[in-house]
Amino acid sequence: MMGALEAKNISFGYDRKRKVLDDVSISVGAGERVALVGPSGCGKSTLCKVLAGHLEPWSGEVTLDGEALFGRDAGQGTGFEPWRGPGHGHRPCPVQLIYQHPEKAVNPRRKLGKTLTEAYVPGEDVLRALGIEPAWSNRYPAELSGGELQRFCIARALAPGVEFIVADEISTMLDVVTQAQIWQALIRICEVRHIGLVAVTHSPELAARISTRVVELLA
Amino acid sequence: MDGMRLDRDCTDDDGKCAAKRGYTGEDGKGGAKLVSWNRRTGAAAWAGCIFALILAIYIAGALMPDGALRADFAKKSLPPSLEHIFGTDFLGRDMFVRTVKGLSLSLLVGTVASCGAAVIALVVGVTAAMGRRWVDHVVNWIIDLFMGVPHTVLIILVSIALSRGATGMLAGIALTHWVGLARIIRGEVLQIRSAEYIAVSRGFGKSAPWIAVHHILPHMVPQFFVGLILLFPHAIMHESGLTFLGFGLGPEQPAIGIILSESMRYISGGAAYLAILPGLSLVLLVLLIDRLGHTLRYLLEPKEAQL
Repeated sequence: MMGALEAKNISFGYDRKRKVLDDVSISVGAGERVALVGPSGCGKSTLCKVLAGHLEPWSGEVTLDGEALFGRDAGQGTGFEPWRGPGHGHRPCPVQLIYQHPEKAVNPRRKLGKTLTEAYVPGEDVLRALGIEPAWSNRYPAELSGGELQRFCIARALAPGVEFIVADEISTMLDVVTQAQIWQALIRICEVRHIGLVAVTHSPELAARISTRVVELLA
Repeated sequence: MDGMRLDRDCTDDDGKCAAKRGYTGEDGKGGAKLVSWNRRTGAAAWAGCIFALILAIYIAGALMPDGALRADFAKKSLPPSLEHIFGTDFLGRDMFVRTVKGLSLSLLVGTVASCGAAVIALVVGVTAAMGRRWVDHVVNWIIDLFMGVPHTVLIILVSIALSRGATGMLAGIALTHWVGLARIIRGEVLQIRSAEYIAVSRGFGKSAPWIAVHHILPHMVPQFFVGLILLFPHAIMHESGLTFLGFGLGPEQPAIGIILSESMRYISGGAAYLAILPGLSLVLLVLLIDRLGHTLRYLLEPKEAQL
């Protein structure tokens, strides 16, 4: 049974003086596709990182189906843990973030085959849908283009057990044809597997096309 | 000159920043790829030659029979000639043979000491950067402490504490030379730790040790090996210095430091070649190794290094 992804009263800032997110709340239902829009610098990317547990908010919490997703384990004295739940520490977090710049989101010293299979081994169908050539697995990130790398980043995020994908302007750097291809494949996979989506975009057309609901984040 | 030359700003010797600018193609030259390819092959050949020469010195010294060092009083205190190109000492031993054997020993000592120092640096640097904040503070404090004490004094103290001779000296050199490299590795790890692919990996549920081995250590390989080779000259110089002062290798061993301290007595007597020629050979060896380190850095990190 899948539940909703909720962020409650999130506050965060990169330095103490200026809050980027001030008491922000958002709720995304299971399988729902939300487009997150708003002016530059209003904290869309920061909210994405908080949703996926890549940043620890000053206050507020992120829950999935009512249970906190991330937090500090007081008993073990560990730091901010990206994923707390059953099988904690060995399974991919159910909320996966895809970054805007694929060349920064893959390790330049690892061959893409290893990057692709870091969390799980994607099936043939996923690879074909995203247009990933088998020969690319043997290359280093510097030998592929941004669009090709982004396909790998999307494929590796679709691990089993993933319930939400947070896509932070994942197609902004790509040409129009690649954009269309990638979004079509991603949305089809999300529909089949009932995966929810939070997509940041600056394009109203793209937002209308991919989402079932548009949420505006105010500056 | 203290500390290692691993800084990356454009203030390195012989103004090679121009070469770096050429690499990025800012000087308006076309075909940057071809230029860099040529320079890289040149650098690789250069590194190979230097390495072969250093290896040859080591093997020559190691294979040379000890009989060549026998005292022969009929030939004592001869000036340099074709037969004995470095002359002979007061016991009639050939100084060239002694020098090559000394350099060979120096290479061995340098290898052991700088490997020890580099491994300490790697462990400490990664621990500082990956651990909790207080660990980092403690490690930085220790690094500052080690940097604050003059190397030679510290080496002598460690060497005496661990019984004089080879073991104490090796430990002394290793324990004093890890600091610079540890700082660099700590900085690198801190930088990589904040990379997006590390956050992604954590989101996949990977443990900190897994991330350290699979994502962070591979990035340390160039730093580690270049740092290791650039530690070499320091280790050799300290070995000779310490032996010269009487805290290092024993007088029966064919070390450069022993040769130099013996020859001091003869400098005023007109036999300066006894000190100058072996000393110069040591300096040349050290410069060769230093060049090897810089060439290797250029090969491993073409965008960041200056040849």
